[in-house]
This record gives sequence, structure tokens and C-alpha cells, in this order.
Amino acid sequence: MYYFLQQLINGLTLGAMYGLIAIGYSMVYGIIGMINFAHGEIYMIGAFISIISFLLLGVLGITWVPLALLLVLILAMIFTATYGWAVERLAYRPLRGSFRLAPLISAIGMSIFLQNYVQILQGANVKPLPPQVTGGYVLGTDGGFTVQISNIQIIIMLLTVVLMVIFSTIIAKTPLGRAQRACEQDLGMAALCGVNVDRTISLTFVMGAALAAVAGLMATLYYGVIDFFIGFLAGIKAFTAAVLGGIGSIPGAMLGGLLLGLVEAFWSGYFTTEYKDVAAFGILVIVLIFLPTGLLGKPEIEKV
Amino acid sequence: MTAPLLEVEHLTMRFGGLTAVDDLSFVAHDRRITAIIGPNGAGKTTVFNCLTGFYRPTVGQLTFHGHHGPVLLERLDGYLIPRQGIARTFQNIRLFAQMSVLENLVVAQHNELMRASGYTVYGLLGLRRYREAEAEAVDRARHWLDRVGLLSRADWEAGNLPYGDQRRLEIARAMCTRPRLLCLDEPAAGLNPRETAELGELLLGIREQEKIGILLIEHDMSMVMGISDHVIVIDYGRKIADGPPAAVRNDPNVIKAYLGETEEEELPEEVKADLEARGEGGG
Repeated sequence: MYYFLQQLINGLTLGAMYGLIAIGYSMVYGIIGMINFAHGEIYMIGAFISIISFLLLGVLGITWVPLALLLVLILAMIFTATYGWAVERLAYRPLRGSFRLAPLISAIGMSIFLQNYVQILQGANVKPLPPQVTGGYVLGTDGGFTVQISNIQIIIMLLTVVLMVIFSTIIAKTPLGRAQRACEQDLGMAALCGVNVDRTISLTFVMGAALAAVAGLMATLYYGVIDFFIGFLAGIKAFTAAVLGGIGSIPGAMLGGLLLGLVEAFWSGYFTTEYKDVAAFGILVIVLIFLPTGLLGKPEIEKV
Repeated sequence: MTAPLLEVEHLTMRFGGLTAVDDLSFVAHDRRITAIIGPNGAGKTTVFNCLTGFYRPTVGQLTFHGHHGPVLLERLDGYLIPRQGIARTFQNIRLFAQMSVLENLVVAQHNELMRASGYTVYGLLGLRRYREAEAEAVDRARHWLDRVGLLSRADWEAGNLPYGDQRRLEIARAMCTRPRLLCLDEPAAGLNPRETAELGELLLGIREQEKIGILLIEHDMSMVMGISDHVIVIDYGRKIADGPPAAVRNDPNVIKAYLGETEEEELPEEVKADLEARGEGGG
């Protein structure tokens, strides 16, 4: 029982990170119908900006952890969002109105470019960050097995909840969110309602990148090591999560992320760590076969 | 005589070798219903697409006297056109089908709300300034729902409305953008005679009370002749008649375009053979 609880906590932490990345995939797919394969790289850049920010703050002497965390969070979101914006502006917008596969190919190119860009600038070595947030709570002990939730896990879960609340409010209640939903359904008609479609699409990329940056920061804190290649696997897993939840649906992306995190944690906990990726991608295959629209996705209605 | 609201001069739209609109010039006025009629494929919707930024005209100048003085529509990005005061509906209805009826009308007031929400910040914080603007937008939406008789269905998902209601909702949404020129693309298509008559009343009401111009593409001749102040007839992209309804109705060119030439056109051999094979009943 305690072992189960521990895997549940680990799985939810992992799932929160997948979910935050998955939202970026889902939103972009919803609004322009493309899979942004460079999104995993945006997450990786978020992690690098976090680690650089921590080091800079350390140099400036800001070492009080809560303040440092808040500043890093803000810096990572701003700078990563700028990357997200630039990727859309440079690699996707010029191809809008081109054939359907063009932006997809461009996205794969962008992904390779960003990986190499970080590799050249930062080197291929693994970058460590000493633990910033330590400690935790012991929830119970049973025959030598201790269930604990670390402070970093608490921070990850709380931050995810807070971001989801802010995010849902933007989508549901503000004109920007309304414009995004309008663009999802009909770009041309949204423009006729006075919505600046290009800007709305840009902001969608910015929002997705900001959330990916938070996931990058979380990964940096949680694992303590990052390298230029982490975006690939995390990106594909988050994409799996988005498909599992129903691509295009934002609650679906979060749900898919959590489920995927839980599956991975339980698989590692009860079977073997080696095949956890196989389990994750096995889910992708099963979902695509039996539930192509995902858990919360709506079936695609052909426009007449 | 009111001042011109829209001046279309020498509008030509080519798609490769096909000339969809050919040197078309006309004027639409404030407080007038200007109808554009013509056989299927005459280029009517293409004119609308040029006016609303979906196409860039090959040749021509489209001067619109909008909210902020005269502008050349062909030089504006699509989303700026509604801000000048042009709204439009579509032949195949384009509602935001997965939004509620009310929300469709609130989206149409995007610009005012975006400004009031300080580009999202105030809206996110739920400040009073934004809440008031939103309440105002909802009031305006309710006003138009009432005008088109959909107030009781404000919370329906727009895609679930019956066809006739969707048509009226599209007009209400267009009106919520506060247009000076309302472009309607076959608003009576698929409506029964009673609904068509109600639509005519609605349009006359909009002309009288909102004091705006209406540009109307329509095939229902009883409606066109009944409510239009001015009729423009186009065929194969060219204007063949232009005048008050009574004059246009008796124009020989118009009759010819609608009923065909008196001499029968020579059909290609394979079409003839096909018709014979199908028997007499070739529609």
C-alpha cells in the first residue's frame, strides 16, 4: 500500500511535467492544425535558461531560495516564450497557406536546429545543478519502506495547479481566450470579427512555450541534470500525452500527461525501469488504434 | 441622395486563366439596400471575398467610407476590415459552432473587449473596468438576440440551432461588430417563404433603425425586388444592368442572362449522347 502511494506521488509529479508540455502541443494543434515538433526543444531551452538564471542569480548574490525560484521562474518563462514566438515567426508563419506538410517539415528542421544550437553554445556535457530545494515530509513507514513527498514534488504539483487555474481563466474568460477558441474553429471568420489572427497564433505559441519553460525549470530542479538532448524524449512523451487526452483539448492534455506519468511510475515501480518508455509508447499505439480522438477529444467534423 | 459608402471601381479578379470578376464598378450607399444578383457562378461571392480581405483583387480600387474616414479595402489586412465597419455573412453558414449562441456575439465585439481588458491583463484579474465592458458586450448581444428572436436560446451551442436560426444568428453576429455596411451572402437560401418574409422585415428594420448600408447577394427574386433600393446584375463577372428594381426587372439583358438566349446552344456530342441515353428527363 505504501509502495503504491509512493509510486502515485512520483507518477503525479512526472505527469504534471508531461501535462505542462503537452498543453503546448495541444493548443498549437487546435489553432493551426500542425504538430509543433520543435516544442520538446522549447522545453529543453526552458531548462537551460533556468540553469543559467540560477547561476547568474548566484553570482549576483541572490541565494534566498524562494526569491531565487520566483525570479528564475519569471526569467525562464519570458525568455523561453521569446524563443517560442521567434520559432513561429521565422519557421511557421511564412509557410502558412502552403501545403499541409510544409510547416511540419519546418518544425522537424527547427527541432534539429535548436538541439544543435544549444549543443554548440553550451557544449554536449551534462549540466548539473546542485539541489536548490531539499527536504520533504515522511508520510509513513511500513516495514522499512518509507513513503515521502519531497518539497520539490510539492512545489511542482502546486505550481501546476496554479498555472492550470490561470490558464483556464485566460481561455474561458478573457477576450484573448475567446479569440483563440474562435480561431480554432474558423480562422477566416475570426478575422471578420476583428480578431488579429496572426497575433493570436503568436500568443498561442508564447503561452505554450511559457508552460514548457515551467516544465523545464521543474525538470532541472527535480533531476538536477540536463543536457541538450532532453527535449527529444520529453517532447515525444508529451505528444503522446496530448494524443492520449485528445489533441486539441487542453484539459485532455493535462489529463493525458498525468495518466502517462502514472503509467510510467507504476511500470517502473512494479515491473522494470528499462521498459518504461516502451509502456508509454505502447499506450500511444493502443490509443491511436482504439480511441483515435483521445479521451476528451472531439471527433473531427469535416467542414463542408 | 446619401453620400456613397462603398465605391467599387474597375474591380477585376483573375484566378489563373479564369476571370471571375471583370471590370466591375458600382456604388453602395448609406441607408440603402443594394442587391447584387446574377446566375450561379457569375462572380457575386468573389466580389464579397474581395471586399472582406479573403482575396486581393487583381485590378481595381475599393474605397470604403468607414468609421475612420475613407480607406482602400484592397490594401488592408483582413482583420482590419471589420474595424473599418464592414461585416459579412456567408452562403454556407460559418458560425463558431462549438460556442454558445451568446458567446458567438461576444466574440464579434472582440476589439472593444480586448482594449477594455488591457490586452488580457485586466480580464485575467477580473478588474471592474473589464467586467463593465463585458457586461456591456453581453447587453448588446442580448439586444441583437432579441431582434432576431433568439433570446430564449442564448445558451444553446450554436451548431445545434435549427438552420433558419443559424442564418439569423449570423446576421446578429455581423451586427454586433457595429458595421456601417452589412454584406449578406444569400441570407434567404434554404429558408421557407414565411422565414424569408421575416428576414426581409429584419433587413428593412436594420436599414431604418441602424441607418447603415446593406449589400445583398440573393437568388430569391421576390425578396430582392421587394426590399432593394438598387439592383446590380452581373453575369460572367461583368455588370449587365444597374438600377432600381423595377427597371432591372424589364431589362432585356437581364432576361437573357436568366432565361438564356433564344437560340439553343449547341451541345457537345458526348453530352447529347449522354442525355439521349438517360431518356427524355434531362433536368
